[in-house]
Amino acid sequence: MATQPLAIPAPVAVERPSRWRALGSWITTVDHKRIGILYGVTSIFFFLVGGLEALLIRIQLAKPLSTFVSAQTYNELFTMHALTMIFLALMPLTAALFNFIVPLQIGARDVAFPRLNALSYWLYFFGGLLLNISWFVGQAPNAGWFAYAPITIKQYNPGLHMDFYVLSLQVLGISSILSALNFIITIINLRAPGMRLMRMPLFTWMTLITAVLLATAMAVLTVALSQLMFDRLFGTPIYEPAKGADPLLWQHLFWMFGHPEVYILILPIFGIISEVLPTFARKPLFGYNVMVFSGILIGWLGWGVWSHHMFATGLGPIADSFFAVSTMLIGIPTGIKVFNWLATLWGGSIRFTTANLFAIAFIPMFTIGGISGIMHATAPVDLQQTDTYFVVAHIHYVFFGGTVLGLLAGVYYWFPKVFGRLLDERLGRWHFWLTIVGANLAFFPMHFLGMHGMPRRTWTYLPGLGFDRLNLLETVGAFIMAAGALVFVVNLVRSARRGAIAGPNPWGAATLEWSIPSPPPPYNFREIPIVHSRLPLWEKDPQLRFGIPQGRAEEDVQQVTMGGQTVGTFAYPDDESKMSPHDLGIHLPPPSFWPVVMAFFITLFFGGWMIHWVVPAVAALGVAATIYFMAFEPGHSH
Amino acid sequence: MATRALRARAWAPAAAAALLTACSEYFPQTTLDPKSDFAREIDGLYRLVLYLGLGVAVLVFVVLTIALVRFRYRPGGPPPSDVAGNARLEIAWTLIPSVLLAIVAVPTVRTIFASYAPAPANALKIDVYGWQWWWEFRYVVGKDTIRTANEVHVPVGRPVELRLHGGDVLHSFWIPKMGGKRDVIPNRVNRIVFTAEEPGVYLGQCAEFCGDSHALMKMRLIAHTPENFERWLRHEASPALPVQDSAIAIGQQIFLQRCIACHMVRGTQASIGRVGPDLTHVASRGTIAAGVLENNAANLVRWIDNPQAVKPGAKMPRLGLTPQELRFVVAYLQTLY
Repeated sequence: MATQPLAIPAPVAVERPSRWRALGSWITTVDHKRIGILYGVTSIFFFLVGGLEALLIRIQLAKPLSTFVSAQTYNELFTMHALTMIFLALMPLTAALFNFIVPLQIGARDVAFPRLNALSYWLYFFGGLLLNISWFVGQAPNAGWFAYAPITIKQYNPGLHMDFYVLSLQVLGISSILSALNFIITIINLRAPGMRLMRMPLFTWMTLITAVLLATAMAVLTVALSQLMFDRLFGTPIYEPAKGADPLLWQHLFWMFGHPEVYILILPIFGIISEVLPTFARKPLFGYNVMVFSGILIGWLGWGVWSHHMFATGLGPIADSFFAVSTMLIGIPTGIKVFNWLATLWGGSIRFTTANLFAIAFIPMFTIGGISGIMHATAPVDLQQTDTYFVVAHIHYVFFGGTVLGLLAGVYYWFPKVFGRLLDERLGRWHFWLTIVGANLAFFPMHFLGMHGMPRRTWTYLPGLGFDRLNLLETVGAFIMAAGALVFVVNLVRSARRGAIAGPNPWGAATLEWSIPSPPPPYNFREIPIVHSRLPLWEKDPQLRFGIPQGRAEEDVQQVTMGGQTVGTFAYPDDESKMSPHDLGIHLPPPSFWPVVMAFFITLFFGGWMIHWVVPAVAALGVAATIYFMAFEPGHSH
Repeated sequence: MATRALRARAWAPAAAAALLTACSEYFPQTTLDPKSDFAREIDGLYRLVLYLGLGVAVLVFVVLTIALVRFRYRPGGPPPSDVAGNARLEIAWTLIPSVLLAIVAVPTVRTIFASYAPAPANALKIDVYGWQWWWEFRYVVGKDTIRTANEVHVPVGRPVELRLHGGDVLHSFWIPKMGGKRDVIPNRVNRIVFTAEEPGVYLGQCAEFCGDSHALMKMRLIAHTPENFERWLRHEASPALPVQDSAIAIGQQIFLQRCIACHMVRGTQASIGRVGPDLTHVASRGTIAAGVLENNAANLVRWIDNPQAVKPGAKMPRLGLTPQELRFVVAYLQTLY
């Protein structure tokens, strides 16, 4: 343990060569790490917006026949809460981690198509903006994120509400498909020498499966949205029952997207948990092969279960039986994963860092969501439970207890890699306990409410049905969760600037991203590593697994002092990270402002339909022009 | 020991029954107090999945807790093992859940097929229409079709077949104590078949999001003894009694001028309105505005005066009746037993 003091300023991310400064460099960046940070910041902002919408919902439901918000506003709130959380918060937060971490885990210098990656981000940014502009014109989407026909057609839903829904989701869909293709190609093609498929870290594996699901499922949603778009904008009768439409077509298309979407939101989390638990149990993941194949199986089966959302629509006994059994089958690979995580902890030497607390809490929370899922798979039981608060409980145990807790584990785990500083553990514990207590108070009583007959998507309820106390309890829980979220934001902001300095590998973890400085230099790896095993860092230094106390990197690094005080440690004192890629002879793609321009025109193309057809016509020309300029942009910076 | 076990066996069902009754009183719309064959079948399956699921959950929680306590990091504690898998264990926890799921899957498929079985020949057929935001029930009596709203009457002990027709957007018919819900979909006809077990009033409401007043699209199912049901049906099929009182006649006149485009009162000139509920026997209903308000004079005034204030988006227009006109109309409606 070296202790000679060294006066190094805090590590700062070195910018890629850029003609723009500060804000400009962020807008034009094509660096996967900076795009990852953009995704992260934007998605956490939308996470807070979605949380605020949830709080308003909970205030309204705290007592029967409340008039805190009107029925119309409530319908907008529950629709936007779901859309915001799914499309603007959780999916992009997984995208933030894909962007930052996956290239590092496979030993790459960037993603396969950096400018396309920037385009994906900016489409997400503008798409999210377009969706939320609806609040400011007083016409937020109001028919649920599922938007079941025919309540979405003009006859039943005049105004711009559902136009905002259709058009902004089209933009977000393009973003997702481009990003999915980019990640499939990156993972297949840009792996470092020796990084065979079966040596890839589990997070990269689950990213690959998610990207395949995303590219295919989003295509189905695009079909459904295009139909609704034509109905609303050009008067086609695809979903007009009076002209013979069968409204179930929408439900089939929506859930053919919607169920893979559930796995799009949970598979990356399976990857995160499979990274965090082994690191803090100081033990390799139990059953790597089975974990990979069960992930593939879940993704595959995820395509064959969509009609379990439609048991009450009366599809007939054969369809119901098929989808009931196929849904139960998914329980098997999912169960295997849970048992393998338990076996990973078993025999370990478990460190209770905040990252690990979230990962551990994920297991029981997700198990509860999984078991209520099996209840829904039992089609006749689902006839009582569907469209009630029981399902609301289920999806929140899966999406909050599963996805959000997993993402938080990922954020606490990889934050030091991204910013070079550790998140504060004391605030982290506050965040953790407020979140766990709040979430269970808010979501567990929903099981009882559903079984006792409270339908979902109801802006109020009558007194005398026994719903009052449980609803009040949920509202209290929601506010405790909100307090936790505030602690989280404080922790993020403070730690990014003043947190303890992390060093390259604060957790003593085994995968490639921990072999380079934190934050990584623009080119990631000075030399592309050669990979010989699944756990290269533990392979190289077997002692790494045994010697690390929780959340501290003390070995093999030097103390860093600022103003005479030791503030942390820094492992690469040779200042190599300050050398420009050019000095090192590494080629990186130059920044480009065409992605943001193209994203703007694409969003204008869709959003413009709400104004006048001339707007999309002009926007289409803009898109064509940017494609031209992008094609002839030089690939080298000078 | 034996006596204690015996005593426990004796009072356990009684306690369970008491608990359920209390539960049912506190939660009148609960799914956990089945009162029809259909609901009972679902309830049995629910309990099977619930107990199996709880078993798995407890197992996971216990193993997790033991692992966290036993294998937590302690300075100087044992080093972590490097076991990275165990084929036998992994096969075991693939096979055991498969068996558990098979145990659930078999009765599931059986119940699915039972729930789609055609209704017996003696079943009472009722056509159900879901509208924004009220329920219409049509009974065939002889050659006539009798329309009533928001309260569906059935006999106990006789199978009932509800045929669900979609009128506008999606709705879902759900009386939890009578069993599972089925969606009401335009251009499709869904069916629910069940036999009510006990006379009583059972609450339900629309379960598929259908717009502004989705939360207030409630209904009641009233199960009668067979004799009482026949009596109700005969009464419901009869036309309204002629008006005798002169004050009531004023109310009827206002009704005939202002309300008949949408509402029908059989036996009077109000014979064309089909957009709103048939009001021939509106005074015999327990509630108005789709189960939202108790059926009394004050609430009728409140509802007719400003329907949107009771139910956001309600399709019934505000007629702008004077307070006096309102009183007359309500007095008339209250004679429609």
